[in-house]
Order: sequence, then structure tokens, then C-alpha cells
Amino acid sequence: MAYTAQKPKIAYDTHELRNRIVGWGVDLDPKNRPAVPKEKFNANTGAHWDFPERQVERWPREKSPEHKFLTPVFGTACPPKGLSGAVRRYAYTFSEGRTAHWLLLLGADRLDVIESRLGALLRGRPDNPITETGVLSEFKRHGIRSRIGQHRADIKHQAVDLLLFAATYAAIGSAVYSLGRAVARGARTDR
Amino acid sequence: MRAMVYRGPYRVRVEEKEIPSIEHPNDAIVRVTRAAICGSDLHLYHGMMPDTRVGMTFGHEFTGIVEAVGASVQNLQRGDHVLVPFNISCGSCFFCVRELYSNCHNTNANASAVGGIYGYSHTAGGYDGGQGEYVRVPFADVGPSKIPEWMDEEDAVLLTDACPTGYFAAELGEIKEGDVVVVFGAGPVGLFSAKSSWLMGAGRVIVIDHLDYRLEMAKRFAQAETINFTEHDDIVMHLKKITDFLGADVCIDAVGCEADGSFFQVLTSSKLKLQGGSPVALNWAIDSVRKAGNVVAIGGYGPLFSAVKFGDAMNKGLTIRTNQCSVKRHWPRLFEHVKNGVLKPSEIVTHRIPLEEIAEGYHIMSSKLDHCVKPLVLPQAA
Ligand SMILES: NC(=O)c1ccc[n+]([C@@H]2O[C@H](COP(=O)([O-])OP(=O)(O)OC[C@H]3O[C@@H](n4cnc5c(N)ncnc54)[C@H](O)[C@@H]3O)[C@@H](O)[C@H]2O)c1
Ligand SMILES: [Zn+2]
Ligand SMILES: [Zn+2]
Repeated sequence: MAYTAQKPKIAYDTHELRNRIVGWGVDLDPKNRPAVPKEKFNANTGAHWDFPERQVERWPREKSPEHKFLTPVFGTACPPKGLSGAVRRYAYTFSEGRTAHWLLLLGADRLDVIESRLGALLRGRPDNPITETGVLSEFKRHGIRSRIGQHRADIKHQAVDLLLFAATYAAIGSAVYSLGRAVARGARTDR
Repeated sequence: MRAMVYRGPYRVRVEEKEIPSIEHPNDAIVRVTRAAICGSDLHLYHGMMPDTRVGMTFGHEFTGIVEAVGASVQNLQRGDHVLVPFNISCGSCFFCVRELYSNCHNTNANASAVGGIYGYSHTAGGYDGGQGEYVRVPFADVGPSKIPEWMDEEDAVLLTDACPTGYFAAELGEIKEGDVVVVFGAGPVGLFSAKSSWLMGAGRVIVIDHLDYRLEMAKRFAQAETINFTEHDDIVMHLKKITDFLGADVCIDAVGCEADGSFFQVLTSSKLKLQGGSPVALNWAIDSVRKAGNVVAIGGYGPLFSAVKFGDAMNKGLTIRTNQCSVKRHWPRLFEHVKNGVLKPSEIVTHRIPLEEIAEGYHIMSSKLDHCVKPLVLPQAA
């Protein structure tokens, strides 16, 4: 019991475990554990340089101000572009310690989606909500049976997704409507 | 080439993309033969990770064949069949030489708090990932290893993240003989954490989730006791009762930022993005572990703040240990375990999805349909 010195008997007998479970205790000795100690000096990582050669910077690569310089190697996927790109570049003027850094990036992510949807539409490769959400797997992969009669905790808030989804489109719809009305009103006053 | 691309929250599609090229003398180009979808990919898929750009190819778990190598590559050649750790690491910085490959300081320009990770947003360096036909592999002399002849490729792909990560979680728990270990989350990482806890001498392993089919897998694969948390009003109280009011010696959060079980936490994190993640499982871990016990946070959280119960953690004198797994340092030991039949990672694979159908793969994994635990992705060129 926790109220006296002896540890309560809340685990199984180790002899029994050794027989029951393949490999039980093979790494009981911390010497067998590769991440013990946490920092282990290794001169043979495969690197044959003190500092790596530098990758060519083909456009001004955004970087965290918490880095002294642009890292010698970096990813080149999806360079920043458009309005979302401008917001991203601005976000990278704040350190990772600042909430602004992350909120700007999250905001830019949402802008990027809008810009990309429009762009795809204009380029004749519009987004297809049916295929891209993979929602048809609901029918092929037992969408109902996977949820009903189980003890799943996520069923309750999956409704919130629908609500947020609907709310987003309602917001976009009402924005378009108000814009349309404003333009129409402007056109009328011009006459 | 064909590759998965992100189109915004809950949306992905397969597009024609340019085959990546050598951009640095120590790069390799790898033709992907197997990839996987990880629970971490869901954080991107749900739009929770800042700087996830439309057009990005995800995928940090993959194996493949070396197609081309840069001028300075010495350890690999064209035709080698390799497994690639999810970490991109230089092998020479302050952290890499201490075998903290996941904390590499030379591979992520976008953030100093995490090293480079394949296909894991710009916050992890802006590298395209392996859910496509080809992928650029930087520092080819440091990360990848040839798949040993005796190793099954499906075991190999699980050794790029899920298996070493779960094993690492058990290591972080500093498990001693006879310890009671509670693992929150019966996903791939939780399953490997539970299994590995036995290897480190645990005396009792309890796995908690709300998905019965995954708990079944925890019983079968990891010989663990299981609890569905929805069957208890108060899971912390239940854990106290079954540990004679002491609490567990070690608690592992293998859930991360999309933890269920509190409507308020889910609403403010996954839904409204007001916090870096829903710390329900982490808070349960903090509250269920015994005083002076160890809590392992192996589940992923976003870089924003989360409502974690630090007061309890401090009063209880807990040790909280965390990190992204430094995959490669675990390979020698884990290769032995696989070879000796102590571990068979591919036992948790439930789905094999052609690349062209990856949007459905994401939906299945995200909505936990069809008893999905671990989906692999098969590119056309494989
Ligand atoms: N640190 C690392 O190196 C590293 C590497 C890989 C993955 N991860 C992280 O580990 C976590 C798990 O990955 P995975 O692939 O197993 O994901 P997964 O989504 O398959 O598994 C998560 C499981 O947690 C369950 N769950 C949800 N809320 C819970 C709660 N309150 N209590 C208990 N269980 C709950 C879910 O039902 C699910 O089964 C993710 O957050 C992922 O980002 C970390
Ligand atoms: Zn992962
Ligand atoms: Zn490094």
C-alpha cells in the first residue's frame, strides 16, 4: 500500500512474465538501451566534413531568426508565393518564441488554401471535394459500422467538423453576397 | 512522377510533379518502394501544423532504391535498397555527434527547435516527403542504411519511425524491473511502446484508448492489459484504484495533440486552433503517474502553447522526458530484435493502399475506419 513503506503488489511476477512474453527483460540492463545516456559521442556518423558544403540558395530562403545563418541544407518544396507568401516571409521576422510567428504562419496557411483553390480553378485543374477528401471510403470501408455501436469518443465532435465546414462556406457565401450587393449598389449610384 | 500533394485541411490528391534532383553533393535520389501514413501526418492533414503549404508532398516513413547520388556520396550507390530514418541529419553538428539526430541544427532553416523531417511542413524544414514515386534524400552518407537481406521490407518501413519511436518512448520512461507502465494511445507508436516496455522489464503494461479494435491489437500484439477510457467516468481515478492508490511508475503519452476525451480541449485545439494541441492524454498521464514517477511525452504537439497541468507535475516531482526519436541510433539494437524474432513490426500493418488512392487512405486513417492501425502506401513505380 502506498501508505506504508512496501510497494503494493500491483504488477506480475517477473518469472511468470519471462515465460509468458517473448523478449521480456532483454533490455532491462540500461547498457542495452541505445538512447542511454541521452548524449553519446559518436565520431562515425557517416559525415566526412566538419561543416557541410552549402546548398545553393536559388531564391531568398526564409529562415528562423533563431538561426545564426541559413542552414547549409534546406528544403526547396513550395517556395512562398502570393499573399500567403508575403505573410509567411513576415512571420519569419519573428522568433519562434513569439506567438505572432505561429499565428501568422497559421493564417498564411489558410490564405494559401484560398489562393490555391482559385489558382487551380483558373488553371483548369479545379479541386474536387469528393475525391480529395477521400469521403467515398465511407462507403467502401464500413463508415457506419466503424462508428456505430463502438465506444468511440470522437463521434460527439465529428458533428462540430460539419458545423465548422458549413460555417466556413456560409461565411464565404455571405462575403460574396455582400460584395455582389455593394458592387451592384455602386453600379446603380454611378448611373 | 506521381506524388501525393496537400490541398488544404482534410484534402489531398495525387499530382504529376517533377522528379526531384540532386541539390547538394551529399544528396541521393531514392525511388520509393514502400511508404506509410503516420499518426503525425494527421496533424498536417488536419491543418494543425503551422506552415503546411499547399502542394507539399507528405511522408516521412519510406524505403526505396537509390536512383542517383551526389558527387560526395561514399556509402551508397545506385541500386542500393535502403530504409531512411524520418530525421534529416547532417552527422556533424553539436547534436548529431551526440547521436541526437532528431535535433540536428543544420537541416531545418525554418526552425531551430526541431531538426529536418521529410514531408513534415516547413516548420520541419520544407522537404518533400516519400508519399510519391521519388524523393530527395539529403545527407545520404548519414541517414539511410541498406536493408539487410534477411529483413522483410514491411518491417523495414516500420523501422523508419513507428517502431523505433515506440521503443524510444519506453527508454525515456527509464523503466525498472517490475514497473507499472501505462501507455495512452493504441496507435502504432503506443503499440510499440507497450511491447518495448516488456523488453525493458516492466511488470505490468496497461494500454488505454477509446477504439476497441486497437485495444484488441494491443492485447494481441503487445500482450497488454487494456482499458477503454470511455467506459470510465474518470480514467485517472480508475488507474489509481487498480494501482492500490499509488499510481503508475511510468506513463507514456503516445497520443499527442489530437487527444480525445475532453470536448473543451478538442474544441480549442483541433477545431479552433487556439492551442498547440489537446493535452488530454498528457494531463491524464501527469495525474495517473505516481509521485516522483516518469512521464513520457512522445506524442506530437504543435509549437503553440497547450493547457498542460504543470502545477501537478511540479508538486508530484515528476520527470517529464520527451523528444522526436533519433531513429538511426536505435537501428543496431532493433535490427537484432527483428532478426531474433523478439519484434515483428509489420504485424501491425492493416492496409496497403495504392498511391493513386491515397486520399481515401488519409480519410480511413483520420476517421479510423475499417479497423485501420497502420496503412502502407504503394507507389506505382514500386
Ligand atoms: N516523438 C516522435 O518521434 C514521434 C514519432 C512518430 C509519431 N509521433 C506522435 O505519436 C503520436 C501517435 O502516433 P500514431 O502513429 O500512433 O498515431 P495514431 O493517430 O494512429 O494513434 C493515436 C491513438 O490515440 C488514441 N487516443 C485519442 N485520444 C486518446 C486519449 N485521450 N487517451 C488515450 N488514447 C487516445 C486514438 O484513438 C489513437 O488510437 C502522434 O501524436 C504522433 O505525432 C511522435
Ligand atoms: Zn511519424
Ligand atoms: Zn546535425
